[in-house]
Amino acid sequence: MDKNYHDIPGTYVFDGTQNRAGYHLNMFCKSLDVEANRDAFRNDPDVYLDRYPMTAEQRKAIEDRDWLGMLQLGGNIYYTFKIAIFDQVSMQAVGGMMSNMTEEEFRQMMVNGGRSVEGNRSKSEGN
Amino acid sequence: MARITAGIGTSHVPAIGAAIDHDKTQEDYWKPLFDGYMPAQEYVEKNTPDVAILVYNDHASAFSLELISTFLLGVADYFPPADEGYGPRQVPGVEGHPELAWHLAESLILDEFDMAIANEMPVDHGLTVPLSITCGQPDAWPFKVIPLCVNVIQYPQPTGKRCFKLGQAIRKAVESFPEDLNVAIYGTGGMSHQLQGERAGLINADFDTAFLDDLTANVDRLVNIGHMEYLRESGSEGIEMIMWLIMRGALGEQAKEIYRHYHVPASNTGAGLIVLEAA
Ligand SMILES: [Fe+2]
Repeated sequence: MDKNYHDIPGTYVFDGTQNRAGYHLNMFCKSLDVEANRDAFRNDPDVYLDRYPMTAEQRKAIEDRDWLGMLQLGGNIYYTFKIAIFDQVSMQAVGGMMSNMTEEEFRQMMVNGGRSVEGNRSKSEGN
Repeated sequence: MARITAGIGTSHVPAIGAAIDHDKTQEDYWKPLFDGYMPAQEYVEKNTPDVAILVYNDHASAFSLELISTFLLGVADYFPPADEGYGPRQVPGVEGHPELAWHLAESLILDEFDMAIANEMPVDHGLTVPLSITCGQPDAWPFKVIPLCVNVIQYPQPTGKRCFKLGQAIRKAVESFPEDLNVAIYGTGGMSHQLQGERAGLINADFDTAFLDDLTANVDRLVNIGHMEYLRESGSEGIEMIMWLIMRGALGEQAKEIYRHYHVPASNTGAGLIVLEAA
């Protein structure tokens, strides 16, 4: 199977490999849809995270709110964003943390028309 | 006979719904976007369909990684708004049209489109925001809705070509429904945006504008856009635009553009809207 999407910079395509790697991480995120689970996670994160058989790295990425790390370890943004909702953190703040900008800088970039595709298409072509 | 008369393409950004729900549409940030939605609302008010087939995607709300279906039809008579972590949107519940929905499911499967079928599911912003954009804030939605949910999160998403062909099959299926019904079809999601990674915030207004143009001028080009081009040019979440091609396929050979609006940004997204009629 052609996996040439790995050539796109700064982009984690959620394919079968990522799905397998991130299954328990993402299902932990999904569980936060339920209020009782949010309460349990808030009361004792350690005990709650024990319910999901994640790798130590994945668990640390969640504890550190390492948004990029979570994606690299199989997280999908629609799932990991449930942690941001839990933390009451905005999409712009998360976008900024993934791309090394402050929330305000990120918001301003969007108002100015967003991140340009120029120079962001391909690692190999550098365009 | 039932017939598909109109097609609406629109982004379904959650923040657009939140702006409506929290009375922010007249604020400086949002006003230009919402002003541009008004002609579409007037169109829907004047041309209210009996039923809308609403093509959208679920964002890990009704479904999770437990089960991923590529194309799924909602056949229930009622779909409650989903709780996406903020409590359910305070919008009317969505009434379905089980007779037409089952007719679609049966016709499409016999026509070799293997649809999954849902008798119970909540619907998230992907479905309710397009209703808010085009209908405002009524006490009840002015038409019945058949949700058609497409996987756009798990790679590989269905191809744009497959989506277009599904749209063509939907047109045929609707036309074989005996009751006289005026049916509209929505294609939602997009346009260019990327929520994830170091490239988060990507917008490609040129890509979006050409996409809007070619819904009438060069459908063939759109149908042949592959995964790589969507991912690269319109951002990892821009691939939601394949859902517009189901809508376009359902309008038949020729479609006429009635209205369009495009605005950057709505939150992290290039927000587009188009109203088309089957010609
Ligand atoms: Fe979406």
